[in-house]
Amino acid sequence: MPLPPTIPFIGLTWADALFLLLGGVVLGAATLVVLGRDIIRNGLFLILSFGALAGIYVILGAAIVAGAQVLVYIGAISVLILFAIMLTQSKAAPAQLTFQTQALPAALAALLLGALFAIALGSTPWGATVFADTPAAGGTSGVAATLFGPWLLAFEAASALILAAVIGGIYLAAKVTDREEEGE
Amino acid sequence: MSLIAGHLEPYLVLSGLLFSIGAFGFLARRNAISMLMSVELMLNAVNLAAIAFGAFVPELAGEGASFALLVIAVAAAEATVGLAIVIAIYRNRKTPLVDEYDTMRQ
Repeated sequence: MPLPPTIPFIGLTWADALFLLLGGVVLGAATLVVLGRDIIRNGLFLILSFGALAGIYVILGAAIVAGAQVLVYIGAISVLILFAIMLTQSKAAPAQLTFQTQALPAALAALLLGALFAIALGSTPWGATVFADTPAAGGTSGVAATLFGPWLLAFEAASALILAAVIGGIYLAAKVTDREEEGE
Repeated sequence: MSLIAGHLEPYLVLSGLLFSIGAFGFLARRNAISMLMSVELMLNAVNLAAIAFGAFVPELAGEGASFALLVIAVAAAEATVGLAIVIAIYRNRKTPLVDEYDTMRQ
């Protein structure tokens, strides 16, 4: 049975409703990441925000990036963050002092940044096309043609960067005593 | 006719809001790992904007998603080194709170 073009009783198209739902989840989870007091819950809401954002990438037709988002952000970076939380939180750290004393100026700065984005957004002609529904999918071969064609140097540089980051991460996080025995 | 999901601007608005939330978190939180999480939020906002431009601007088709993939690779490297630094500092100072990292001020 095919779906009706719009959701009954609301009048939104399915893509619009999905965008509003996923966008609301992204912003709500991100706000909880920033404002929540329990840091392990901050990490879990970060995962929720990443997942909803992957859904928005799918709406935009960038399925390959959505897959990379799930694999790299949810699978690797979030787990790394959760492990780092478990390794560094001591009970002695005062839980109620979540924010710096500069939290109020920081909020003002963030609001100013948002207003700046709004002004720039409203006053720039982007030259963007408008779709009847959502952008067409199937950009994966275009991504491959760009990434392995004119952007090949950047692609290889990214692999060298990741190798350097892996070695640097091991070196930094290894026990200091091991390093001193070798070096001194 | 789609009013929201077929236009570029709603995605850019979402990206701008996400970036602002991340910027607030980076400036306001005391915990070093919370600050790194806020950086990840800001990187995601940039990715969303890049993919939206790639989907809606015909000259950038394919390049937006490629840019986003490279940003994801760099974000993975950044998270690795950043968290390793936090763990290394925690081993010496026994606190994850950045306002107590004041050795160079004394």
